Formats: sequence, C-alpha cells, structure tokens
Amino acid sequence: MTVDLRSSMHERTRLATAGARAITREVAGSSGNADRIQSGMFHAVLLLGISTAMVALASIILFSIIDGAPRLDMRLFTNGPSTLRPETAGFRTSIIGSIYVVGGVIAVVVPLGVGAAIYLEEFADPTKWWNRLIELNVQNLAGVPSIVFGILGLAFIVRGPLSLGFVAAAGSLTLALLVMPTVILTAREALRAVPPSIREGSFALGATRWQTTSKQVLPSAMPGVLTGIILALARAFGEAAPLLLVGAVTFVTFNPNFFEGGYSTLPVQIFNYAKRPQAEFHTLASAGVIVMVGLVVAMNSFAIWLRNRYEQTW
Amino acid sequence: MSTRGLAVPSGDVVLSRTSLEAASPRYGEKLIILSLALCAAVSITVTTAIVIALFVPTFHFFQEVSLIEFISGTLWAPRFATPSFGVLPIVVGTMMIVFFGLLVGIPIGLTSAIYLSEYAPTRLRQVVKPILEVLAGVPTVAVGLFAIWFLRPLAEQVFPFLPWRGPFSIGVAGVAVGLIIVPLVASVSEDAMRAVPGGLREGAYALGADRFKVATKVVFPAALSGVVASIVLAASRAVGETMIVLIAAGAGNPMLSFDPTKGVQTMTAYIGGVATGDIPQGTLEYDTIFAVGALLFLMTLAMNMVAISLVRRYREMYE
Repeated sequence: MTVDLRSSMHERTRLATAGARAITREVAGSSGNADRIQSGMFHAVLLLGISTAMVALASIILFSIIDGAPRLDMRLFTNGPSTLRPETAGFRTSIIGSIYVVGGVIAVVVPLGVGAAIYLEEFADPTKWWNRLIELNVQNLAGVPSIVFGILGLAFIVRGPLSLGFVAAAGSLTLALLVMPTVILTAREALRAVPPSIREGSFALGATRWQTTSKQVLPSAMPGVLTGIILALARAFGEAAPLLLVGAVTFVTFNPNFFEGGYSTLPVQIFNYAKRPQAEFHTLASAGVIVMVGLVVAMNSFAIWLRNRYEQTW
Repeated sequence: MSTRGLAVPSGDVVLSRTSLEAASPRYGEKLIILSLALCAAVSITVTTAIVIALFVPTFHFFQEVSLIEFISGTLWAPRFATPSFGVLPIVVGTMMIVFFGLLVGIPIGLTSAIYLSEYAPTRLRQVVKPILEVLAGVPTVAVGLFAIWFLRPLAEQVFPFLPWRGPFSIGVAGVAVGLIIVPLVASVSEDAMRAVPGGLREGAYALGADRFKVATKVVFPAALSGVVASIVLAASRAVGETMIVLIAAGAGNPMLSFDPTKGVQTMTAYIGGVATGDIPQGTLEYDTIFAVGALLFLMTLAMNMVAISLVRRYREMYE
C-alpha cells in the first residue's frame, strides 16, 4: 500500500517534471546546437553594435585632429578672424566671445537651476497641481529644440521686452535658458539620492527645513549638482544653432564687449570658416574643432569622473 | 508648598516651549523658500514666453497665408517674387533626417544598450558607459563637418552607382544625426533594462533559459516602454537637430524630393539659414521662421509628451 502510493507519487512527479521541462524548452529553453549558435551570433551582433558606436563617435574626433593638425598653433588663440588670409587667421575674438557667453550662462543658470531643483525636490508639495505642472514643464523644456530657444531669444531678449540687441549678453541669456532644464533635472536627481534619514536626523536635532537643506542635503548632493552644471556649461560652450538667431554671426575683428557691439563664439566662427570655399579655411575650421572638442571632452570627462568618484552609496 | 508653587508655572513654561509651533516666525527662511519657488517658476515663464514668441507672429502669418496652403502646398519659396508657402518640402526634409537617423541610431543604440545592460562585465561597463556619455557631448558643429568632409566622400566611394552631385546630401546628414542619437538611445534604453527587476531574469534562468533568451524574451519586452521612449526621444532630437543638417544638407534647395543623395532643406535648416542672412523685421518672410518654428515646437512637444509618459510607466511598474 505504502509502496504503491510512493510509486504513484514518483510517477506523478516524473510526469510533472517532464511536462514542466517540455514547456520550459518550448518557451525559453536552450537545447541543442541551433540555440547555442543563435546565442553566440546574438552576442557577436551586440559586440559589433557597441564597437560601431564607439568607433564612429571616436572617429569624429580623430577626423578633426587629422584634418586640423597643420593649423594647430598659437595663432589660433592670438590672431583674430580674417576673410582674406586663412593661413594666419585665428579665433581670438570668438574664443573671448565664448568666455563671455559661458561666464554669463554660469551667472544665470547656477542660482536659477539649482534654486529651482532645491525647491522642487525639498520644499514643493507634489500633490499640488502647480508643482506637478512645473515638473512636467521642466521635462518638456529639456526636449525643446535648441533653435526654438534661438527664436525665443530673438523675439524676447534681442528684441521685444528685454531689447538687449545683438550682443553677447543676449546670446548668453538665450543659452542659459536652453541649458537650465539640464541643470534642474540633474540637480534634482542628485538631491533625490540623499536618503531621507539624513534629513530626519537633522530635523530631530532641531534644525529647520532650510538649515537641513543648506547644511546637510545640498553638501551631500554637491558632486551630482556640480556634474550637472559642468555638463550644461559644456553644452552651452559647443552650441551654435540658437546663437545664429541672436546675432553671433558677424565677423568680429575686435575683442567683444558683453553688453554692446557684435560678438561671435568659437562654434559659430568654426561654422563661418567652414562655409568658405577655400581649403585653407577648412583646415582652420578643423583646427578650431580640435580646440572646441578638446575643451568639451575635458569638461564632460571631469564632470562624469566627479560624479562617479564622489557618488555616495548610503 | 513653595516648591509645588514653582513647579506648576515652570511646567507651564516647559509645555509652551515644547509646542510643535516654530519658536519664531522665521521670516528669513520663508523669504528663501519664496525665492527658490520663484526660480522654479522661471521655467513656466520660459515656456509661456516661447509660446508667445512663436504663436503671435504665427497668427500674423496666417492672416496673410491660408493654413491650407501652408500644410498642403508643395512649393516652399518665401523669397520668390510671387512667394509660395507650402511647408511640405521642408517637412519631408526633416522626415528624411529622422528616417536615416533612426535607421542608424536604433540598431546601434539598442544593441549597445542590450550589451551594456545584459552582457558586459561590470568592469567593461564602468569604462564604456562614461566614454559613451562623454562622446554624446561632442558639439554638433564638429559632427556636421565630419559629415560633409568625411562621410560624404566616403558615401560616394561605398555607393558609386548613386547619382551624387554637389557637396550636400540629406542622407549623409541623416546618418550623422544617427551617430549622435546612438548615445541617447543607448542610455535611455539601458536605464529601462536595468530597471527590470533581477527576479525576472533569475526566474527565467531557473527555468533553463540562456542569456540570449533572457535578454530577448524577458528583459527586452519588460523594458519595452522605456525602449520605445528612447526611440521617440531620439526622433524628437533628430527633428530639432540644426547644425549637422545646416552644414551637411545645406540651407538651399527647398524642393520636394525623396532623393537621399541630394541636399534638401529641413525645417531647422530653413530657420538657421534665414537667420544667418539679414531678416527685415515685420515682413512676411520674417514671420515664416516663427510659423516653421511653431510647427517644429508642436511636433517635438507631442513626441516628448509621449516619451515622458512611457518612461513614467516603466518607473511606476518597477521602481
């Protein structure tokens, strides 16, 4: 009797296991050479994909280095632009223009972007509709094409309410608005990564919300916030499209001024040189690309190193 | 008795001090919070300003030009003596950029994402991912020059049977746009795949599945909303890309054409091209950049809303 029962249980278990195995093989199982070959080929395709991505992106940099090397000298930094003598022309005025523009972006975007992120993450009540609206709005602004910000700059900053004219300050403010969502989104992420226990500990010791935010949360989130700011500045430095609409197209032969007179920036000047038919100007443009890409890659690498180095795991 | 008499008032004092109300109104702190809220409100102001900047001149534009002509006309020639305002040719140009961009960006981006999320050893991922992030930031002017001076001659060598002529090519520009959306597709998709709980993978492994089956039949479908979001974001980025297109596809030739070897104007290149010339304010031609900009804004807004809601969906599911 007991033996009988046991054998029938064995039988049932065997049947159940066999059935489960069959179904598993049917749905997800790996059996036989065909599957192994398929799996290996898939792995090869993935490797091909990621190496194509790396090689293609790296070759953009490599190409500019090879193409621009003959003109990579100090005259790039000391000489102004010229439409006649490409062999001695440089980027002095547009590099100064870029410094002005990026400096203005720092002055505007750091307080505004970080302030907005602190408000949204630490103080805003997420159940209130206006806070949700701001949040959705920031996410959407991050995806608005840069040239649309150029139109905004043309209509509201160069002309219209602010009427700054085609000056470096206008370009600066336009780019600040363009990169502000990036700063807000990355700063919020960094603030969110600080665990609630830090805040609760601070509250328990009698600190107010602002004391907690400024003395505990913000310092802990600093590396992430800085990463966002540097990435945003690198983007502003390399951005050209919106500046075409707010005046950075002129061949500026004198050092620019922030609030008056024409200006250009490094990427816009590169674009201007590249449009000329002579091959010497193309070499010059490529040399400018080396300087620009070198700086952008350095900034981005530093930002990402900063984030990975000081990323705290709580 | 005297001790008791003292104890009661001191108890009262202690009680009132331990009340949960703040000891002082802290106006300074309220001021700080108010100014932080104002910083956040700036973003709303920016959006409002964009809408006003785009749609007020667009409204003027449509008082002169009929909406039907704008949407269905097949000739875009605002500068002709008898101007024509059919936006279709430059919309087709933009769509070709999106098509070639996604043709390159989706396969390379998705394979990179699957590799980084499911196959790459931790060490390798820690090296490759930051490199991709850094390369994603290469200015688009540099990519544009790469496209016109390197990819364009290369394309002629690889496809010598195609009718190449002139320096500009919308297909080459699209491929270059594809290169810069690779990091975007890869990072957003990878985030979605990594958000898939480990338990799902382990369950599949326990049932006897191999890595290929886990990646394609478990992780990929589970992360699908994030993957789709990355593609929609990439398309939106391709629609809005200006410098690469302006350099490699040219600002001229607003002809309705599907030939990838030709230079074709896009919406962004039109705006950028007009902007680099002198625009007399108040003319109908000046208003065209706002009308085209408004269309561009609406297209990217719709795509971004879709992407945001898709990302939110997988976040709600797994996080």
